[in-house]
Amino acid sequence: MPSVKMPRKSTFTDMTPFVDVAFLILSFFIMATKFKPPEPVPITTPNSVLSQPMPDNNAVLITMDSTNRVFFSVLSLKDKGIYDQVIQEINTGRSLNLSPAEMANYRKTYAVGVPFGGLKQLLSTPADEQNGINQPGIPVLDTLNNELVWWIAAAKKAFAGQKLQYLIKGDQEAKYPTFEAVVSALKKNEEFKYNLVTALESIPKGSALEKSVKTSK
Amino acid sequence: MASIDEGGGGGHKQGRGVKKAKKLSTRVDMTPMVDLGFLLITFFVFTATMSSPTTLDLNMPKDIKDPKDQTEAKESGVMTILLGKDNHVFFYYGKLTVDATGNNFQSSSFSDIRKKIIEKKQEVIDRSKQRGDPQCEAEMKEKGKPVEYCWDKDFVVIIKPDKDATYKNTVDILDEMTINQVRIYAMVKILDQEYELIQKTENPGGGGGK
Repeated sequence: MPSVKMPRKSTFTDMTPFVDVAFLILSFFIMATKFKPPEPVPITTPNSVLSQPMPDNNAVLITMDSTNRVFFSVLSLKDKGIYDQVIQEINTGRSLNLSPAEMANYRKTYAVGVPFGGLKQLLSTPADEQNGINQPGIPVLDTLNNELVWWIAAAKKAFAGQKLQYLIKGDQEAKYPTFEAVVSALKKNEEFKYNLVTALESIPKGSALEKSVKTSK
Repeated sequence: MASIDEGGGGGHKQGRGVKKAKKLSTRVDMTPMVDLGFLLITFFVFTATMSSPTTLDLNMPKDIKDPKDQTEAKESGVMTILLGKDNHVFFYYGKLTVDATGNNFQSSSFSDIRKKIIEKKQEVIDRSKQRGDPQCEAEMKEKGKPVEYCWDKDFVVIIKPDKDATYKNTVDILDEMTINQVRIYAMVKILDQEYELIQKTENPGGGGGK
């Protein structure tokens, strides 16, 4: 039998196109990635069909976690002086005797979830160690002592003359009374328009909304 | 590595003492670069937050102290939806009647409630279409709004989550209002009588209440 000799082929494949594609994908992901801001608690938001982008500037964010703790944070990207005004208002309004250093630390604090009594301890901790503190949440359920009312009033005063939006970010498992208490705190400050933070969901087929979206296009 | 030495590097015959510089291959081993590239891709894929959060508008009315200022809804066009624990949904049309003459308190679910809302909306629209409201229609035409606004203006949905309802349920039902284009809806505090009814339905024989 004549033996057939297979020509010896190189196993060296040209990887250039492969590398091209890999780096194209890489650059896409680098540009598309927006890092999540640090959150004191993980929140799974419910879904909704509405698609307005969430504002991340000039807003007050009220977070409710699955165990009904309420956190308050101010979102102001440009004017950091807002943070100082808010904490000064709280300090003088509730006579908490915070030191200037503690008040300066409020700028870096992502969210406050303590009653006024615990604020001094929270603010005296460096911002990157605050996650270790067990925050019980701002008391809201007691209608007579709804501390969130004070926080909102302070923010409203600091943002006076500017556009201010109220974001309510609730966990799916949060109970309705907490939400109601948050809303009533906003109502007490004469604020009636809120944005609920949700994740996007597709519009169900054949619904009235789908029809109206189609006709408006 | 990924390449096998083919033997004979330059492959040229060195003849008669001619000194030629050894040709080096221009091929670079790209394997480490690819490795690193894919490592970075994996990292960014995992950290990427693709779905940016969206928001749902919610307008709450002012608390009205004076009953004279309150908006009145026609009983025939009102649907009340109650939210209980464990995603339970209850509803009734018009006034709540639980007595010897009948019981209009019904149990439902989130997958079923959409059908009920659409049914009721259609019923209200059909009724007002039949009756007709030339005054309102003329007004809408003047303002450049669709006439449909006159037909469903009597349809009001009242949402009453009880204290065991979750935030998700509340958002879901608000979403249902958007999906079905219910233009008038309100979130109202639950009445004791209604809460008791929910408790009775949720814990049959358990006496109700906590």
